[in-house]
Amino acid sequence: MPTPATQPVETWSPSDEDELAPDLPWIVLVWNDPINLMEYVTFVFQKLFGYSLAKATSLMLDVHQKGRAVVSSGSREKAELDVFRLHEHGLWATLQQDE
Amino acid sequence: MLTPQPDGTWALHLGATERDLLASLADQLDELIEEDPGDAGLRRLFPTAYLDDPSREEEFRLLAGDELRASRQAALEVLRTSARRDALDDDEATAWLQALNALRLVVGTRLDVSEEDDGDVPPDHPDAPLWAVYGFLTWLVSRTVTALTGSLGPPTEG
Repeated sequence: MPTPATQPVETWSPSDEDELAPDLPWIVLVWNDPINLMEYVTFVFQKLFGYSLAKATSLMLDVHQKGRAVVSSGSREKAELDVFRLHEHGLWATLQQDE
Repeated sequence: MLTPQPDGTWALHLGATERDLLASLADQLDELIEEDPGDAGLRRLFPTAYLDDPSREEEFRLLAGDELRASRQAALEVLRTSARRDALDDDEATAWLQALNALRLVVGTRLDVSEEDDGDVPPDHPDAPLWAVYGFLTWLVSRTVTALTGSLGPPTEG
């Protein structure tokens, strides 16, 4: 049986180097794309982040209408892991330090 | 499509033609990832993580790129083998959806789909067969999302 695609694999862990400005949290953005279904994006937010249907739907609509939304934040390590999981699910996610 | 069973597994209902199509698509995408990772159709499957920081992007790609590729290929393998079966467990159902969505992204990229595009091309259009595949994948992703949403646990945040 192949490894299920949703399980984090132990061979890679996000970067843990010292940050230049550790007080500034990192944010994860999801960008609008013309292909992913709205219901699929909502489902992924619920599944990956444990968000309620209402919050997941609201974030999805922000992505759809405003072009992007901040879906999570925290340390750089956490943000990289969230981006990786979103990429696994086919969403266009990026991370950057909050300004 | 998937329907939940009392024992926690998922029953898979699809006709033989659909099963053959899915197995063949999974095969083709797996081969493309293996043999032509630079193909423009794959760019949506391996997006940029750091928009304004090329050195961090390169580092992230080095650390996580292989794992993302392995994860994709594992999901496609689940789709390819489960297309021949009648039941999936939870992890397989998730991989099934990931693989279906990945196929849909690649086909949609090939067709250069836009928000307003409804795929209404004449039957003799050269892209008509690919639009039919895209429509099938859209239907299947949508049905699968509906099924799996019903099995999500209660929210843990917000």
